[in-house]
Amino acid sequence: MAEEVILLDFWSSPFGMRVRIALAEKGVEYEEREENLNNKSPLLLKMNPVHKQIPVLIHNGRPVCESMIIVQYIDDVWNDRAPLLPSDPYQRADARFWADYVDKKIYNIGKLVWISEGAVQKAAKRELLGCFKLLEKELGDKCFFGGDRLNIVDVALVPFYSWFYALEACGNFSIVAECPHLVAWAKRCMERPSVSKSLPDQYKVYTHLLELRREHVARLGAQLQAQQAQ
Amino acid sequence: MEEKGEVKLLGDWPSPFVIRARIALNIKSVDYDYIEQPVPPVSELLLKSNPVYKKIPVLLHHDKPICESLIIVQYIDEFWSSGPSILPSDPYERAIQHFWAAYVDDQWFRSLCRLAKSKGEEAKAAAIEQVKGGLLLLEEAFEKCSKLGKAFFGGDEIGYLDIALGSYLGWLRVNEKMNYLKLLDEAKTPGLAAWAHSFCAHNAVKSVMPEIDRLTEFAKARYGYQEPTLPTK
Repeated sequence: MAEEVILLDFWSSPFGMRVRIALAEKGVEYEEREENLNNKSPLLLKMNPVHKQIPVLIHNGRPVCESMIIVQYIDDVWNDRAPLLPSDPYQRADARFWADYVDKKIYNIGKLVWISEGAVQKAAKRELLGCFKLLEKELGDKCFFGGDRLNIVDVALVPFYSWFYALEACGNFSIVAECPHLVAWAKRCMERPSVSKSLPDQYKVYTHLLELRREHVARLGAQLQAQQAQ
Repeated sequence: MEEKGEVKLLGDWPSPFVIRARIALNIKSVDYDYIEQPVPPVSELLLKSNPVYKKIPVLLHHDKPICESLIIVQYIDEFWSSGPSILPSDPYERAIQHFWAAYVDDQWFRSLCRLAKSKGEEAKAAAIEQVKGGLLLLEEAFEKCSKLGKAFFGGDEIGYLDIALGSYLGWLRVNEKMNYLKLLDEAKTPGLAAWAHSFCAHNAVKSVMPEIDRLTEFAKARYGYQEPTLPTK
């Protein structure tokens, strides 16, 4: 049966990157459709009415939403190759725990590093480095979180490598100095085409995040003015 | 057959997250030691078992810890695979169950917490609208998942999404009681209203759902819940 796989995506989204990596690891052919997040397509609104967000995987007309749920789905459907989870229930639970930890922490804390300043940014930097160090400890001597292959923890985390230049530039710190093992892990991941082809250039991401920060600061300014005028 | 002591659950009776693990263990008829670990303070055992979050529930299986309620539920489903299934075998149906469980945790329960903390009529009214709006969405999801008239999101039997949402029913009832209102309305969400009764009456659930009065007293003592003044006519 011919498979139809469409990915509604946005180039700089770490969540979209997770799905790209999973599909590439499994060798699944798909059509990538770039969304304009300021003018979302009728298809996106129909396929994800609850969150109206990318990524959305549309497999034979049926939508799957939320990046780590999509990654798990891809692993379940294309289960004859490149497993993203081990078969042992305890090891699966362990991998899910760490993928969930990445999901809970890295985006929100990382965003505070590149979007805010002063005390808020300082606290976020400290917290982010704390998370990275904990993940380094979990990685240990392994090549990847999945051992000699990528697992869902690698897939969840490595997209944030595309933020590293922006984080360092905005936060004025060096991630490689603080977390050399994590950076070495990220570089090993980037040697895999499934990862290198799924992550955009770090400098391009940096200029994009700077633009988002400018818009955010402008919005805050406008809100403050509106409040003061009242 | 598990030997006594092989399976332990660190929990706290008011926690919906602990209830999830207990329901899953009951579905699989697993014998386990339940160890109350009311927090605070964080015990040595809890600190050792869950150093990252220092929270219950923690399932200890042969002394190996598994943390995070829905991860525990999946582990129970996968390890005791010969018992009744908690997640469906079809990948798409599994994805749907995961999607709505994430929605319940990330959006709907937070709206319930906002209702509990809201002060003033306007804030309360807005919070109530959000909770009810979420329940309307879940009613639609229930109609699709339960496949025409079955009792549960999982079909004939309790499944993953039933456990995820059902574990919050105690707190939902507490908020209804404290605010003199009905959130789960038979008129607006008939499927969910009936489901809630079936869920709470299920053998795997009834022994672990806390009594509403006891939970209400706990909420008052721990979180300073106060009954609002009765609306004047």
